[in-house]
Amino acid sequence: MKERSYHLLTSSPPLLHPYRRRASRNAQLTGLAFAAPWIVGFIVFFAYPVIASAYYSLCSFDAIRPPRFIGFENYRRMFTEDDLFWKSLWNTLYMVVAGLPVGLAASLGIALLLNRKVKGMTVYRTIYYLPSITPVVATSILWLWLLNPEMGLINIALGKMHLMQPGWLTDPAWAKAALILMGLWGAGGGMVIYLAALQDVPESLTEAAALDGAGKLQQFRHVTLPMLSPVILFNLIMGLIGSFQYFTQAYVMTSGGPQDSTMFYALHLFNRAFLDFRMGYASAMAWVLFLVTLVCALLVFKTSARWVYYAGEGR
Amino acid sequence: MARTLSAGRRLNVTLVYAALVVLSVVFFSPFVWLVMTSLKPEAEVFTTILPKHWVLIQYKDGLTHFPFMLYLRNTMVLCTANVLGVLLSSSLVAYGLSRIPWKGREPLFAVLLSTMMLPAQVTMVPMFAVFKTLGWIDTLLPLTVPAFLGNAFFIFLLRQFFMTIPGDLTDAARLDGCSEFDIYRRVVMPLAKPALATVALFTFLATWNDFIGPLVYLYDEGKFPLSLGLAMFTSQYGSFWGQLMAVSTVMTAPILLLFFLTQRTFIQGITMSGIKG
Repeated sequence: MKERSYHLLTSSPPLLHPYRRRASRNAQLTGLAFAAPWIVGFIVFFAYPVIASAYYSLCSFDAIRPPRFIGFENYRRMFTEDDLFWKSLWNTLYMVVAGLPVGLAASLGIALLLNRKVKGMTVYRTIYYLPSITPVVATSILWLWLLNPEMGLINIALGKMHLMQPGWLTDPAWAKAALILMGLWGAGGGMVIYLAALQDVPESLTEAAALDGAGKLQQFRHVTLPMLSPVILFNLIMGLIGSFQYFTQAYVMTSGGPQDSTMFYALHLFNRAFLDFRMGYASAMAWVLFLVTLVCALLVFKTSARWVYYAGEGR
Repeated sequence: MARTLSAGRRLNVTLVYAALVVLSVVFFSPFVWLVMTSLKPEAEVFTTILPKHWVLIQYKDGLTHFPFMLYLRNTMVLCTANVLGVLLSSSLVAYGLSRIPWKGREPLFAVLLSTMMLPAQVTMVPMFAVFKTLGWIDTLLPLTVPAFLGNAFFIFLLRQFFMTIPGDLTDAARLDGCSEFDIYRRVVMPLAKPALATVALFTFLATWNDFIGPLVYLYDEGKFPLSLGLAMFTSQYGSFWGQLMAVSTVMTAPILLLFFLTQRTFIQGITMSGIKG
C-alpha cells in the first residue's frame, strides 16, 4: 500500500508537495465519489444497454414478451430479404458522399470570405449563423414551404430567372438534393468553427509566404489550408457521424418518401423499432450502423495522417 | 503600376462585399418568407409574394389550434431540469477527473471519450425496455433523469476547462484545510463561470430542439414539448401554411432572442468545444 502511494507520488509531479501526502490517501475515495454520478450513468445508460442491445440483436423481441433467441436470423434477413435496408443504406451513403463535402466546402468558403478585414463582419457572421441555431423542426417546416413546387420561394425565384423548377420533395430524383440544399442553409454552424480557427493562423506565416513570392492561391494552398486541416478533420468526423444518423428532417418533412427516396437508415431503424415493435431487428440494424460509421471514421483517420498538419509536431 | 494594383484591389474588395451581400440575402430570405407568409390572410398565401393585407389572423388561429403555452411550459420544464442536472453532475464528475489525483482517473476518462463514439441508436432499444420496466414511459423522467448522471460531452468540455485553472489556487485552499468539495464549490466553480454558462446554453438549446427523445418516450399530447407538438401539428394542418409559419415563427423567436442576448457565451463555446485541443 505504501509502495503504491509512493509510486503515485513520483509519477505525477504536482503530488510532490508534501502537504498533499495526507490528501492522497483519501484521494482515491474522494475521486471516486466525484465521478460516481457518471459511473452510475455509465452502467445504467451505457454498459448495460450496449450488452443488452448486442443480445437483443440475436433475438426476436417486441418489448412486451421476453426476448426469444434466434441466432443471426435478424442479420440474415437484413442482408438478404430487406430491400429497404439496402435502399436506406444507399440513401444515407448518398448524403455522406454528396451532401457532407458540399456542406463542408460551403462552410469553409464562407469563413474564408469573412476572414478578410471587412466592415460589418459581425453583422454578416450573425446572418449566416442564425439558420444553424433555428430549431430543426421549425427549419424543416419552413423548408417544406420554401421547397413547395408551386408557391415556394425557391421555385418562384427560379421561375423569375427562367430556370428549371424541380419538384424537389415531390420528385424522387430531387428529394435528396432538396435536403442537401436545406442543409447548406445551416452551413453557418461549421463556418464559425472555421472562422475561429482562421483567426489563429498567424499573419506572419502568410506574410512570409508572400515575401517568398507566393500568390494568394499558393498562400491558401500551402499555408492556410494546412493550418486549418485539424479543424477540417474535426468537422468531417462530426459531420460523418451526424450524416449517418440523419433522421429528424426526413421524419418531419417526407416520412421517407417519395418512393423511399428519403428513407434514411436511422428512419428505417426507428420505424422497425417503434412502428412494428421489431426491437431485435432494430438492434441488429443499430450494430450494422455502428460498424459502418466506425469503418468510415477509421478510413478518414487513416488518410488524415497524409493531409492533416499539427503545428505542434514540427515535421 | 501602383495605380493598377490599387484599382485591382478595389475591384477585389468590391467583389468580396458583393458576395457577402448576395449571401446575406440568400441566408436571410427564408426568415423573411417565414414571417411574411405568417402575416398574410389565407386567401393570399398561394397568390401573392408580398402581403396585400398585413394581418395577425394566422397567429390567432394557429395559437388556438396549437396549445403553444402548454407545449412551451413542457419544454421549459425539460430545459430547466436538463440544465440543472447537467451543470450539477457534469461539473462534479469533471472535477473528479481533473483536479483530484487518483488511480483510475485516466482509464475512466478514456472510457468516457469512447462512449461518445457509439451511435445513440445502439442504446435506444434497451433504454426503452429499461424505462418500460420502470414504468417511466409517457412521463418526463426518461428525458430528465439521465441529465443528472452526467453527459459525456459536457464532462469532457468542463474537464478541459478545469485543467487550465492554476494548481496554486486550489493548493492554497487545501493548505487552509478546505475539503475537496469546498474547493469545488468555493474556488473552482466560481472560476469556471464562463465554461458553465456555455454548458448551460448548449444544454438548453439541445433540449429545446430535441425531437427523437420526446418522440420515443411521450404519447400523451398534454406532455409534448414544442418540437414534437409542432411536428404533430404539421401532420394535421399540413396545408395551412399561414398558420404553420406563424407557429414556427413563435417557436423560433425565443431561440434567436436568446442568441442575441448571449452572443459572447456562444462564441466562447464555439472556440472552447475542444477543437483547439
